[in-house]
Amino acid sequence: MTAASLTDADAKTSVPLKRRLKRAERARQLKAFALVGPLLLFLLFTFAGPIAGMLWHAVDDREVRQVLPQTVASLAGWDGKDLPDEKTYAALAGDLQAARAAGTIAIAAKRLNYALNGFRTILISTARNLKAMPEPGTAKEALGKINPAWRERATWTTIRDASGPVTGFYLLGALDLVRNADGAIVAAPPDQAIYREVFARTFLISLGVTVLCLILGFPVAYLLATLPPGRSNLLMIFVLLPFWTSLLVRTCAWIVLLQSKGVVNDSLRWLGIIDEPLRLIYNRFGVCVAMTHVLLPFMILPLYSSMKAISPAYMRAAASLGAAPVTAFLRVYLPQTLPGIGAGSLLVFILALGYYITPALVGGAADQMISYFIALYTTETANWGLASALGAVLLLATVLLALVYGKLVQGQQVTGGMKN
Amino acid sequence: MSDASLRTPSQRIAWIGTIVISTLVFIFLIAPILAIMPLSFSSGSYLTYPLPGFSFRWYNDFISSPRWMNALKNSMIIGVASTLLSMVLGTLAALGLAQWKSRFKPLVLAFVLSPVVVPGVITAVGLYFFFAPIGLTGSYLGLILAHTALATPFVVITVGATLQSFDTNLARAAASLGASPLEAFRRVILPLILPGLASGALFAFATSFDEVVIVLFMAGPEQRTLPREMFSGIRENISPTITAAAVILTTVSVILLATLEGLRRRNERLKGEGT
Repeated sequence: MTAASLTDADAKTSVPLKRRLKRAERARQLKAFALVGPLLLFLLFTFAGPIAGMLWHAVDDREVRQVLPQTVASLAGWDGKDLPDEKTYAALAGDLQAARAAGTIAIAAKRLNYALNGFRTILISTARNLKAMPEPGTAKEALGKINPAWRERATWTTIRDASGPVTGFYLLGALDLVRNADGAIVAAPPDQAIYREVFARTFLISLGVTVLCLILGFPVAYLLATLPPGRSNLLMIFVLLPFWTSLLVRTCAWIVLLQSKGVVNDSLRWLGIIDEPLRLIYNRFGVCVAMTHVLLPFMILPLYSSMKAISPAYMRAAASLGAAPVTAFLRVYLPQTLPGIGAGSLLVFILALGYYITPALVGGAADQMISYFIALYTTETANWGLASALGAVLLLATVLLALVYGKLVQGQQVTGGMKN
Repeated sequence: MSDASLRTPSQRIAWIGTIVISTLVFIFLIAPILAIMPLSFSSGSYLTYPLPGFSFRWYNDFISSPRWMNALKNSMIIGVASTLLSMVLGTLAALGLAQWKSRFKPLVLAFVLSPVVVPGVITAVGLYFFFAPIGLTGSYLGLILAHTALATPFVVITVGATLQSFDTNLARAAASLGASPLEAFRRVILPLILPGLASGALFAFATSFDEVVIVLFMAGPEQRTLPREMFSGIRENISPTITAAAVILTTVSVILLATLEGLRRRNERLKGEGT
């Protein structure tokens, strides 16, 4: 037997073995993935699907198209320069009669009223006064007589812009932008432009709370990380107990403490510091205090774990090399806590951005954050498009920050230190 | 920092400063929770100190109120059901993720954990739109499913962390001795990761028990939970009955926390013996 045939035989048996190993490994991987599968499917149904649905609502615009199909079709050929032609007026008259019979006018009226205040009245009064189909060729005149708005170009561009099936109207609206009669994107009229201010307020409150949490959390995390384990474990209860206490209990507690006849005001009056009770709740102060209380553990825990990982040998080395304590702290210790500071701050900021319950309960009208408006438009006024668009902007901000957070904590241990 | 390293006066001042500030922060963290408790035992109907007298009337009020008892019952039903469901889904996923090697794994993991980070209002609005047409709003099932989605990430994290320290050779040994995969899981893997599963369950239950935004959007009058009743109670007018509810909720949290701490200690002890 030659050497060549031997290696040949080797190859014959070893290749299938390799392949068999590969196949076994592939089967193992498939099985591993199959274990994750149920959760992925579940989250698709209870989380990803609903959020995709919400994003869809932010651009979905089929209400006017469904109620006024002929008008929408006829307006597709309109150049938008002059008033539409007689045929379009006749189509509208036909649509309105059909919609009135079907009882669907309110759906289109609601949508058009978002774009042009007063459109609801125009549409409903026109439908009511349109007793019969106008004679052929007189629709334009007849509609104009019922409501002069039909002689204005803006009325028609509003219908055209709302004819869907998708729209940027709500997303633009969420950023205080509108399309004017010529289709250009311009700033919304001041009386409707409130969301940039709301976003700025949300951002500002979140930032303020994050800074407060960092200032209050840093010394605590430092103390917990430097004390011997026995004592720090005991003190950790002060952080973990509020962390585990219901959000509503904590919010409730702050109201009890800070109200005008509450503990804080009573104590201050008893001490003679104030004569009249201070207004400490249902304003920005109350929101910041309660939110800082709720979010502080989310700052302390990541800071603590990053400080715990810093070996005291570094500080001793700095001292032995002649660094003053302040220098050693600023140039040796602090830089090593930066990942913890970044992770904690981002986490607190992300959670603060989406906060709803605490500001809703302890804030005044001028302290409501973006979540409040999303909830308001969903359940109270049923302006689902705008609610979804505001939600989309908030989601985008959250996802971007979460990506940065993910990069930051990559490699660091993912702790169970996150609780809603 | 050991006391011996506090050599210079400036270091000592800094250390004392840290202790003073930390003490104030600890007071800030704990005082509100402690301050609300005595008020629930007040015999008067105002939430002010000093208490006019001691009584259980507000607890009595809580127990005899069908509204609060229904809320407590709902919180338990929804909490237990979503804990069980999230345990099954989360444990399977954690087991799978521990073995799965793929460049898509970080992506899948991020997706699985995302319900924690996405603002509650967004999830709630999405679910409201999504579940209403299929009749899942105003139902226990809808709330259980939604709470499970929020709770499962915690199960994946805690069980995943336990699996990281789990020696897979043990499962191989079981297999080589003739155990079927199911048997190996039941008799070898499960007992070893049980503490991780237990803390996952506690996290899941706490998440559901404390959740209010989704309940606000999705619950009908029949499904209102304890936090939901507290929300409307706080909004209208805080009565001492709410402080009694708060004390009951806090007691549940303390029990959960103590159990978790016990599990952690046990785990640390076992680890200490191992090395």
